[in-house]
Amino acid sequence: MLGHKRFSCNHPSSTFFPLSRLFYRYRDLAPQLVPLDYTGQPDVRLPYELIGSMPELKDNPFRQRIAEVFSEDGEGNMTLDDFLDMFSVLSEMAPRDLKAYYAFKIYDFNNDDFLCKSDLEKTLNKLTRNELTEEEVRMVCDKVIDEADLDNDGRLSLEDFQHMIVRAPDFLSTFHIRI
Amino acid sequence: MGHLLFTGWNCRECQTFVEKFEGALGKGKGRKLYAYKVMMAKKMIKFNRDFENFKTACIPWERKIKEVESHFGSSVASYFLFLRWMFGLNMVLFGFMFGLVVLPEVLMGLPYGSIPRKVVPRAEQANAMDYSVLLDFGGYCQYSILFYGYYNDARTIGVFKFRLPLSYLLVGVGIFGYSLMVVIRMMARNSNEGGDGGDEGQFTFSFKMFTSWDYLIGNPETADNKFASVTTSFKESIVDEQENQKDENIHLRRFLRVLANFLILCCLGGSGFLIYYVVKQSQDNAKKDQDELTWFQKNEVDVVMSLLGLVCPPLFETIAELEEYHPRVALKWQLGRIFALFLGNLYTFLFALFDEVNEKLEEEKSIKNATMWSLKEYYANYSSYHNTTDVPPLDIAPADVVRGPCWETTVGVEFMKLTVNDIEVTYITILIGDFLRAVIVRFLNYCWCWDLEAGFPSYGEFDISGNVLGLIFNQGMIWMGAFFSPGLVGLNILRLISSMYFQCWAVMATNVPHERVFKASKSNNFYMGLLLLVLFLSLLPVIYIIMTMPPSFDCGPFSGREKMYDVILETLEELPTFIGNIVGYATNPGLILSAVLLMVLAIYYLNVTSKNYENANLELRKKMQMARDEEKNRRNNKETTNQAMQYLEDLLPNRSLIPPPVITEESALSKSSKVAKHPGAAANGKGVNLQKDVSLASPNPRAAVTRPPGPRGPPGHARGPPPGPGRGRGRGAPPPRR
Repeated sequence: MLGHKRFSCNHPSSTFFPLSRLFYRYRDLAPQLVPLDYTGQPDVRLPYELIGSMPELKDNPFRQRIAEVFSEDGEGNMTLDDFLDMFSVLSEMAPRDLKAYYAFKIYDFNNDDFLCKSDLEKTLNKLTRNELTEEEVRMVCDKVIDEADLDNDGRLSLEDFQHMIVRAPDFLSTFHIRI
Repeated sequence: MGHLLFTGWNCRECQTFVEKFEGALGKGKGRKLYAYKVMMAKKMIKFNRDFENFKTACIPWERKIKEVESHFGSSVASYFLFLRWMFGLNMVLFGFMFGLVVLPEVLMGLPYGSIPRKVVPRAEQANAMDYSVLLDFGGYCQYSILFYGYYNDARTIGVFKFRLPLSYLLVGVGIFGYSLMVVIRMMARNSNEGGDGGDEGQFTFSFKMFTSWDYLIGNPETADNKFASVTTSFKESIVDEQENQKDENIHLRRFLRVLANFLILCCLGGSGFLIYYVVKQSQDNAKKDQDELTWFQKNEVDVVMSLLGLVCPPLFETIAELEEYHPRVALKWQLGRIFALFLGNLYTFLFALFDEVNEKLEEEKSIKNATMWSLKEYYANYSSYHNTTDVPPLDIAPADVVRGPCWETTVGVEFMKLTVNDIEVTYITILIGDFLRAVIVRFLNYCWCWDLEAGFPSYGEFDISGNVLGLIFNQGMIWMGAFFSPGLVGLNILRLISSMYFQCWAVMATNVPHERVFKASKSNNFYMGLLLLVLFLSLLPVIYIIMTMPPSFDCGPFSGREKMYDVILETLEELPTFIGNIVGYATNPGLILSAVLLMVLAIYYLNVTSKNYENANLELRKKMQMARDEEKNRRNNKETTNQAMQYLEDLLPNRSLIPPPVITEESALSKSSKVAKHPGAAANGKGVNLQKDVSLASPNPRAAVTRPPGPRGPPGHARGPPPGPGRGRGRGAPPPRR
């Protein structure tokens, strides 16, 4: 995960969430792997398949990207910290800029810090389950770049994305998971 | 300090953050109060959310309509939304009619069988219960609360002295008033929401792509609907975008449109003439002996109207393909044209009805005279026989009394039959036209030569214009008929509920989405406008009848009076005299004329004001658009001019010979003066006098080269660093831009 600082401490806590409910949800995914006592900071990683089968995530077309973005190893296998981060950012209380930052990373399929045309095409195909024709997909992606690209480099940087998403009326209410 | 996921903060910043929000982080002094505040905030949010959910759950059929919308687009869903709105309107009308007219008569009025108007006449009693008679709204149906004729004309009834005739009249007129108010309020509210034709946001596609998926969805069915709705939404926007990008050959298009309109006008004219001819024929036929006519001649009018209704709409649609409008605009044209066609339908119906009413009035006159004559006879006989003037009233069973034809009930029966007919035709059309077709296409496809699904019949598309117009005209009939048949509104409620379920099922099971799915216009004002027009058209006959036609002498709440509105005059007489005086003054023509003039002036003024606001709005929008474009250009220009600079620099032969082009914000004037002051400096001999080149290559020709070309600074500094990659700031401060 690029560029964010972590402050480790004795017990994991979240600025936006009550801890215990999330911990028990995490543990319920694989009770035999997750110990009840976390003071020794055990190195437990739940594989992506378990995370992706959670009821909150299983119908989401972007669940794999979400897991990849928040997991330490970038493959979708999440530790408890990753799990807490994920639901913390996606909660009601997280600030808009933080959500925008993570939304950008989720939609950046090739992890190059830019939303290039292929990223947009993949996003669109996941959203519509490949129902649109190629020409329609191309037109939509061209239009998106046309609308949001401010520095005219043919792809969306983080600033372009934030500049656009700040003006979206629905962003906060749709980019939200309740657990 | 927990997880602080902010990038780029160093330790000190984090510490100050932590101290500031000490309470929030669970340690320190403010902890308890803050925790309490947070808990209350969360509870408040949850409460608000639950309340919103509850309010949404109370709206009927919301999930059904959302399902239709996800699969078929907002234009098809707009029909169902309109249907639901009509249902709400009809419920209120039903409430008025039922609560203020039907219920008092049932609870406090005389029961069935007590007076002549409430009893089936002796002659008809034999088959009053027959199924076929009941279906035709005769027999017991006709002499029930469903129709005008049942209601008694006693000025007050019951313990509460409820004035039924007055209530009947006021409800009859009030139905129109309420409907008018509601329709206009809806139109006004719609026009507030930013107008017609979808909005042109700056980021339409971006928002659709990044904010349309709702991460809260946790249910496969909802997810399916969401996928479908997102896809449909994209397709709608793509259609809009393609319209904007279309290449226009204006003259050809205009010519084709004029041609199409001319053809359609011919069709409408032809159908109008055909209707007129057929009605005339049927009038002539009515005078002949009924047995000589064939079935066709007897039902000419109905057959012709049905044929026109079946043939013309698809014909209009085919001609309209010449026009190549955006599908939303094409739908409006189609609606308008079919509306004109159906007006012909309405005209014939009303014509026939008025004929019948006049006939009945004639009949009534003769019966009335006969009854009066026979009554006189009875009194004369009785008094002459018993030699007394105190004559007891005639004692006959109510069923045997000679009855007038009661034309109002006849009119009510006609409207009922028309509505029932309409319902039947609609449902059968859906069953055959959509359901049967879908079944045939699906199952016959296995053993047919060509692909039925892709080729000729295939599955039907939902006919938005036909259904919307059907709904509007049906409501017009209800408005016209409610005065003569209080039960009609109840029938309509049943019809609307069953329509909603039936058509929702039919759409999902047998229709496919339109090829070009388009977004319904946000305002929906077009449907409302048509509804308003139909409201006025249906108001006119009823008001005319109330004001001019004499009510029947022996049936209904106004029996025995000269005109129906006499009830109001009677009521006014009973009120204190000063109210009567006020009303007298208020109905003074001079006063009314001045009031009308004032209202006309007010309308003109408001119209002008609203136009001014609209213009101001457009201007502001243009300014915003210009500001956006300017900002984009500014960023672009920095890009391109510095790339140009880089390119030129690469072209120059020897880079070491370039003098440091220090650009400051002074004007060109100082540049020339400085050069003049140091003429000797130029003669360096080492390098080319590149002063001129520098000024050519500089991003702003007005920028001054204050440094004289001769004496150069230390070599390292002299070169002047080339600009950074694409950043545009390598040569010192940018020149001022004004």
